Amino acid sequence: MNSTHYLIAGASHAGLEAIHRIRLIDETATITVVTRDARLPYSPTILPYVVSGQSDPDRVVLRNADYFKNLNINLITGDELVAIDEANKQVTLQSGDQWHYEKLLLATGADPIIPPIPGLSEASFHVLRTMQDAINLRTHAGSAKTAIVLGAGLIGMHGAENLRHAGLDVTIVEMCDQVLPGYFDTRAASVIQTAFNSNGITMLMGSRVVKVEQQAQSCQVTLENGNSITADLLLVATGVKPKLDYLKGTSVQVEEGILVDRNMRTDAPAIWAAGDVAQAADFYQDKKVMMGILPDAVTQGAIAAMDMSEDYTLQPYTGGVPINTYTFFGQQAISVGQCMADDQSEELTQVDDDNHRYLKILLKDNQLQGISSINEEMDAGVMWQLILRKIDLTSVKDAFIARPLETGRALMSSTWR
Amino acid sequence: MTAYNTITFDPSRCKSCNDCDACMTACSQIKSGTDDLLYSRIKIIAGMNGSLPELALCRQCGDPECTKSCPSTALTKNEQTGVIDWDKSLCIDCLLCTVGCTYGGITYNMTLNHVAKCDMCDGDPACVKACPSGALSYVTSAGIFNDQHDREDLFVPGLSACQGCNSEMIMRHSLRKVGPDTVLATPPGCIPGMGSVGFNGTTGTKVPVFHPLLTNTASMLAGLKKQYNRMGRNVTAMALAGDGGAGDVGFQSLSGAAERNDQILFIVVDNEGYMNTGMQASGSTSYGSWTTTTPVGSEMKGKRTNQKNLAMIMMNHNCEYVATASTAFVEDYYEKLDKALAASERGFAYLHIYSPCPTGWRFPSSQTIEVCRKGVETNFAPLWEYERGGELRFTHSIDDPLPVEAYLNLSGKYRHVSEEQLQHIQEQVNERVKTLKRFAGLN
Repeated sequence: MNSTHYLIAGASHAGLEAIHRIRLIDETATITVVTRDARLPYSPTILPYVVSGQSDPDRVVLRNADYFKNLNINLITGDELVAIDEANKQVTLQSGDQWHYEKLLLATGADPIIPPIPGLSEASFHVLRTMQDAINLRTHAGSAKTAIVLGAGLIGMHGAENLRHAGLDVTIVEMCDQVLPGYFDTRAASVIQTAFNSNGITMLMGSRVVKVEQQAQSCQVTLENGNSITADLLLVATGVKPKLDYLKGTSVQVEEGILVDRNMRTDAPAIWAAGDVAQAADFYQDKKVMMGILPDAVTQGAIAAMDMSEDYTLQPYTGGVPINTYTFFGQQAISVGQCMADDQSEELTQVDDDNHRYLKILLKDNQLQGISSINEEMDAGVMWQLILRKIDLTSVKDAFIARPLETGRALMSSTWR
Repeated sequence: MTAYNTITFDPSRCKSCNDCDACMTACSQIKSGTDDLLYSRIKIIAGMNGSLPELALCRQCGDPECTKSCPSTALTKNEQTGVIDWDKSLCIDCLLCTVGCTYGGITYNMTLNHVAKCDMCDGDPACVKACPSGALSYVTSAGIFNDQHDREDLFVPGLSACQGCNSEMIMRHSLRKVGPDTVLATPPGCIPGMGSVGFNGTTGTKVPVFHPLLTNTASMLAGLKKQYNRMGRNVTAMALAGDGGAGDVGFQSLSGAAERNDQILFIVVDNEGYMNTGMQASGSTSYGSWTTTTPVGSEMKGKRTNQKNLAMIMMNHNCEYVATASTAFVEDYYEKLDKALAASERGFAYLHIYSPCPTGWRFPSSQTIEVCRKGVETNFAPLWEYERGGELRFTHSIDDPLPVEAYLNLSGKYRHVSEEQLQHIQEQVNERVKTLKRFAGLN
């Protein structure tokens, strides 16, 4: 039986931040990291850029082998958890190896959802979650002329744009009426959609796929309205959800993801969870949500590790605030916090259609609830902190509305004194 | 572990500039070849509702969030320079770095079409050079840590100095640099009082240390040094004395050793009084200071006489080396310590270190270095050095000093000072600088 003090399952942003934090205060305890990917750690966010060729798979390694060696961390690649025996603090890996742990962090991320569309499972299609997926898609894109992308979420949109950059004719099929639902409001979404249209991407919004048929070298997709489209390549990007089979038989509670408290503890003893696999507190309301964004995975990984290593400087998780920075065809959309007003919030909007600029500020009780912008310079990190710290904007409200960038910077700078 | 150089910002000095924008123009120029401030990577922002200006600039964080949120490895912390490097060829413009930064230090720049951040101009920041008010400065004292931290601290841990004690810092820095081939004299004062001379039959140092009388520190060291010379051993004879032990009670032996140019490194830690015995005034106590022997009441308003300037008196002995120093300017101190150590091989070397005392002067223990700094910046405690046969040389500019209130306001011992007293102190400061300038050949 192998033995390790800390066992970290997953080597993406949450897992990597966790080992960094543990090593900051504990230089000697044994740390073992298990990742199912055979490669050194990389970010899922980079994958669309690998598809377009902008990023080289060998140049986006987040931590090289020396990093793990120098910190005396045992990195196991190409293996994954298949079972946990929480009473005996043991896990079994796919390879059959067993490990005893004192503390276990589950940061295993999420997997693509494959929608139950008739014919899809028999068809040949791509997803985009691993480096191998990206390389496969890039290879296929090299010979393909046309592509269909199912889903206008972040992966679908990034994937579509990068396939377009690779020279393909691309069609996006999305069930909702707007792109990036949940990330941006309808106005911002329409600016984004316009940019996609004018760059030659066909956008079939509000369209449901009822059938997929594999043909010799292509794939035919039939829509609810009876139309059908054919393409050489099909990318399915209809969301992600965590794979939680390995939790069978444990007392870890799950809904959409693994339920955790504000210290990222699960309901099982000595087991924590962080990142895309975790369902943690929301900032705005008393419920637990799936965040699925990179900076939040870093935060959650840090908190879990600090709790695991009994770091007394731990500040419990303040709750997830949605943050999205989205670059499309050279333009920028940023959304921090809530993007839709509710009945108690004050909404202030500035629109400059000629310059494709847009800014929306949501306030409640003179505190920032959310801010979203298109083609405006914006310190997302400053805005995030203004929301998290519930900074009172009463005395600077007019200045903030007129010049959120400068005012936000001055406010944050003044808090450092 | 490496310490790094950094850019610091003093908003109180910036305010006097009235939006001069010199730093931002310099940054735009050097990074993009234009005066357009949109290209600047340092941003000075007007304070909220009339308060001091604020700064948006990359802090080159020790545990940076931007690099952690970077999926492309375009941002990395450079272990050598401490700068967070940005590699354009790797960047995918995803802007996730901007989510991690709460300083406005990395932001997508619409003019450049990518993120931009401060790279410290390879160790020669243009903004700092352009700043006319001294609000921005480039602090390089990290090099001292990098150079010195492997040397052994030759005082034991656990000395019982007060919280925020400047003297303890001076002692530890000095002896660590001077090294183990030293015999140390610590006459009565805070330094032996905090335990450095020893207790329970052990010493508080890792070098031979002794506790002379207040009156005979320099003469005992002179004799010891001669004996070591006779034995053929090269040993530094070093004193760490207070201002009272050096300038009042111990002055005759000090003056004698300086006159004979005995090979001694004599360091005076000047906290303007007898702080370990209950804060009595000494000859070094400055005019107007509250002490327990110069109280503040209906008649007396603190010390009635001016302080005597021991460093200038020592300079007039024409010994090998005389210098003043401050822990707020630690690189300057290390240079002087090197020179003094070398001079002590030839003859008498004297270092006078201004040492504000949080306990006796009544300021918060966190403010020690700030009080030191303001002492220098108001010309209350000017930094200079003198080598035998040469001219006095200022090592920190005496031009454009802050008004002396900027220094006095920090310490409770001057709280009662009246307008007339303040004026007197300012005149004293001006006169002293004038005298020093004559020695520097500047008048």
